[in-house]
Amino acid sequence: MKEDTLIATSLREKSLLYRRNIIKYIYHAKAGHTGGSLSIVDILNVLYNEIMQVSPENFTSPTRDRYVQSKGHCVEALYVVLADLGFFPEEDLRTLCQYESAYIGHPTKYVNGIEQNTGGLGHGLSICAGMALAAKKDHSDVKVYTILGDGELAEGSNWEALMFAAHYHLDNLCAVLDYNKLQITSSNSEVMGLEPIDKKLEAFGWAVRHVDGHNLEELSATFKAMPFEEGKPSFVIAHTIKGKGVSYMENVLKWHHGVPTEEQYELAMTELA
Amino acid sequence: MSKSNLEIFSETLQNLAETDRQITVVTSDSRGSGKLVPFGQRFPDQIVEIGIAEQNLVGVASGLASMGKKTFAVSPACFLTARSLEQIKNDVCYSDNAVKLVGISAGVSYGALGTTHHSLHDYAVLRAIHNITIVAPADHYETAHAIRLAAEMTTPIYIRFGKKAMPETLFRRPSQVEGGAGEDSQGMGEQTDDFQLGKGRILRHGTQLTFMASGEGVLPCMEAAELLQDRHHISCKVISIHTIKPLDTRLILESASSGQPIITVEEHSVHGGLGEAVASVLLQSGCHNKFKIMGLPDDHTVSGSQAEIFSHYGLSAEGLTHEVLEILK
Repeated sequence: MKEDTLIATSLREKSLLYRRNIIKYIYHAKAGHTGGSLSIVDILNVLYNEIMQVSPENFTSPTRDRYVQSKGHCVEALYVVLADLGFFPEEDLRTLCQYESAYIGHPTKYVNGIEQNTGGLGHGLSICAGMALAAKKDHSDVKVYTILGDGELAEGSNWEALMFAAHYHLDNLCAVLDYNKLQITSSNSEVMGLEPIDKKLEAFGWAVRHVDGHNLEELSATFKAMPFEEGKPSFVIAHTIKGKGVSYMENVLKWHHGVPTEEQYELAMTELA
Repeated sequence: MSKSNLEIFSETLQNLAETDRQITVVTSDSRGSGKLVPFGQRFPDQIVEIGIAEQNLVGVASGLASMGKKTFAVSPACFLTARSLEQIKNDVCYSDNAVKLVGISAGVSYGALGTTHHSLHDYAVLRAIHNITIVAPADHYETAHAIRLAAEMTTPIYIRFGKKAMPETLFRRPSQVEGGAGEDSQGMGEQTDDFQLGKGRILRHGTQLTFMASGEGVLPCMEAAELLQDRHHISCKVISIHTIKPLDTRLILESASSGQPIITVEEHSVHGGLGEAVASVLLQSGCHNKFKIMGLPDDHTVSGSQAEIFSHYGLSAEGLTHEVLEILK
């Protein structure tokens, strides 16, 4: 119990560090997907620090777990986590979105630690399903994870992949929905309603759980329970807050890809200290 | 001439799978059209059915390939290179997953089924995407070699062919061609085992005009060359440009250097395919040979069988013969 508390404390500190770094590097680059990166960073924190067997040391090993970020635009969150794990020096992020930098606004394999180039929405889940199927065929213990955006679920290709993963009983596959309920134009419910998303996913043959996407202990326990049902792929509906952690950004649409002013930057850093 | 290139593809793949457990075929309810039912029966663990979902077909294939599977994604060319174009661009080419995309019943193979089932755009769209080899084999020999080489490739490749019966080999030794043994025949001899991706193959030697063709456009060129020799004593060279990208610019420029007129022939739109690729090479190298692109015009394609459509647009032996006589006037 005491150990669990210690782990949680360390993870909480990491979440704060990651949020500060997201803001820092987006502020420096004057570009980035701020709100969504703050929305998914706790999920990435738990996946990379608690759940997945992946590190700079095993990154070329076929037996590593795989993570593909389907909502590629929130790459800043992924960059700060990978830097913290030692995949590359954190200072590299000073080149974020600069001329000839590898650290562009979507994930690419040119950055150590990134599995697949993403950015077009509705691609990650199919790739992950192929990876999970290959692992099954090879009788490997590899697990495959992806994070999807809520707006992204309007892409029909996701539903092709959802059907496929259930058909092939890919219980080594876990999809996480970053359900912050906002997309670039407005709320999901105004742009293209998702509800009842859990029932839809269950009807497609997935084992579904709801989780507070910012509760590190809950996220950790949920991922450790995978597969939620043997023979079914696992779907985590992570209820999140766009812009989480910075008061003036939370649930405010303009922070989808807003860049803070100097004054806003200082305020964010104070709040995340 | 009893088998199609499609059947040779299936047979070659089965031969490869006998000794290579990593060979994996992914189909979109297309194993029948792809002549892959025997493959599925013999290697049930090495075939993955996706259902009619081409975007997922290419995405899943990318994931499989990233895990080391030698993945052949097989679907009608019309759907594979249109419905799932973004997956080809991003998941295969940009992410550099070595998927082998196989476009079956390409061009106007599904003649009477109409434009929905024709692929006259595939060279054009794929040529504009970085990191993909584009191949249209002409005969059984080229098909089998292309498939074997594709299996070992570590970068993406697209191979397309039709379902009409094609010859085992279209190659004619210089001695088989009257008046064809010119200076450029040196080194060909009896050797036909010369297939390399990115290298065109001189199938027939000639001195007055050069056909540069790909896929099932090569056969009518060979037939036309025969007709022209027999009826008009005109000597035509035929080159199979089986690899549309990367293009064999050296062979194209060598052939152009004689000053002979050039006719390109392809089962593709005249826009963006082999013809325009060859034209670009010629113009940028200062070659001003007489030049004609034969393909499908920018129009609603006429209905009919593949042979009827070829004939309608002058892609038959007779039609090409007519073009040669016109260009040599």
